[in-house]
Amino acid sequence: MHELPITQSILDIALRHAEKAGARRVTDLHLVIGRLSYVVDDSIRFYWDTIAKGTIAEGARLHFQRVPAELLCLDCNHRYAPDDETLACPKCQSVRVKVAAGDEFRLESIDVETSDSPSSLPAGEGEGDGEMKCH
Amino acid sequence: MPLNIPIAENILSANDRLAEENRTRIEAAGLFSINMMASPGAGKTSLIENTLPRLADKVRVAVVDGDIATSLDADRAAAAGAQASIQINTGGQCHLDAVMLHGALDQLDLKQFDLLIVENVGNLVCPADFRLGTHKSVLIASIPEGDDKPYKYPGMYRGVDALVINKIDLLPYIPFKMDFFQRGVEALNPGVITFPLSCRTGEGLDAWIDWLVQNVKR
Ligand SMILES: Nc1nc2c(ncn2[C@@H]2O[C@H](COP(=O)(O)OP(=O)(O)OP(=O)(O)O)[C@@H](O)[C@H]2O)c(=O)[nH]1
Ligand SMILES: [Mg+2]
Ligand SMILES: [Zn+2]
Repeated sequence: MHELPITQSILDIALRHAEKAGARRVTDLHLVIGRLSYVVDDSIRFYWDTIAKGTIAEGARLHFQRVPAELLCLDCNHRYAPDDETLACPKCQSVRVKVAAGDEFRLESIDVETSDSPSSLPAGEGEGDGEMKCH
Repeated sequence: MPLNIPIAENILSANDRLAEENRTRIEAAGLFSINMMASPGAGKTSLIENTLPRLADKVRVAVVDGDIATSLDADRAAAAGAQASIQINTGGQCHLDAVMLHGALDQLDLKQFDLLIVENVGNLVCPADFRLGTHKSVLIASIPEGDDKPYKYPGMYRGVDALVINKIDLLPYIPFKMDFFQRGVEALNPGVITFPLSCRTGEGLDAWIDWLVQNVKR
């Protein structure tokens, strides 16, 4: 239900880094979402097109990498993937466990086209425009 | 030439940064603060109403109430004796975030208080993801909700610092297996401090009040 502000945050972070790198266009965003973080990819995709419109990230593709949940048993140090029924440690049945992986939700990286990237320059602009091409 | 820029930044980092700022302000004024979260009707406002008279003369309390539309809860807190009671209307949003608490803090002269109680919007999912900057998160479970809630809302149960189990006066009338409930809690949040109580009868409230007072004095 809060995927709208979340999508806005994703855009803000991407644009901030893209501008720092002097990018002309953001083409891809790579997101990492843990199974335990309850974010719905489809809703983010749904909002993305509207939110990114008119920015240099308009039309960028979203890639989601899903990280499975992993728990760590605090009694026997066993690391395991919990099943849906119980979270208890399968080795020693302990319930003193903590989340070792699966609660992440971050923007891992973005793919951009920089100003010296020929594919991103409109035709004909490539020559004689030294100023725009510097770095 | 396409270029990959590594970022590895938390999506909620903007909220988290503002939450840090809220925390700094709260600490500078010397307050202890809690974020009360629960499903609708679990008894957040009832617990505030029962807590305020027991703290009167000892602890000066400001209440910030998050509500989608009305100011009913803030009015109840004021009537129960809160020295200040601020309403935040989220305008439909299902949780408070750090920006909203920031705005509420602007309306308070923080130095006038010892304890800040924030009542979050009734919701067992979303508030867990948005840190506000308060010292402790308190979840209020209640008997009529059923004993399976830790299993169904693990994100909420995992992240809290204290757990109130309200409406224990209803235990004789409702099938609620306390050990099944507590096994679920223990799996997600081992050793979390728990206060079984009833806002109706007052049973168990003393331990809760002691915990608050101890934290305020610290
Ligand atoms: N039997 C019983 N009823 C209670 C108890 N505590 C609260 N209630 C009742 O539960 C209902 C909801 O209580 P509230 O305090 O308004 O709940 P809330 O969590 O603030 O609700 P929202 O702000 O709407 O999410 C009211 O009718 C209360 O009288 C209790 O300990 N026992
Ligand atoms: Mg309420
Ligand atoms: Zn184990």
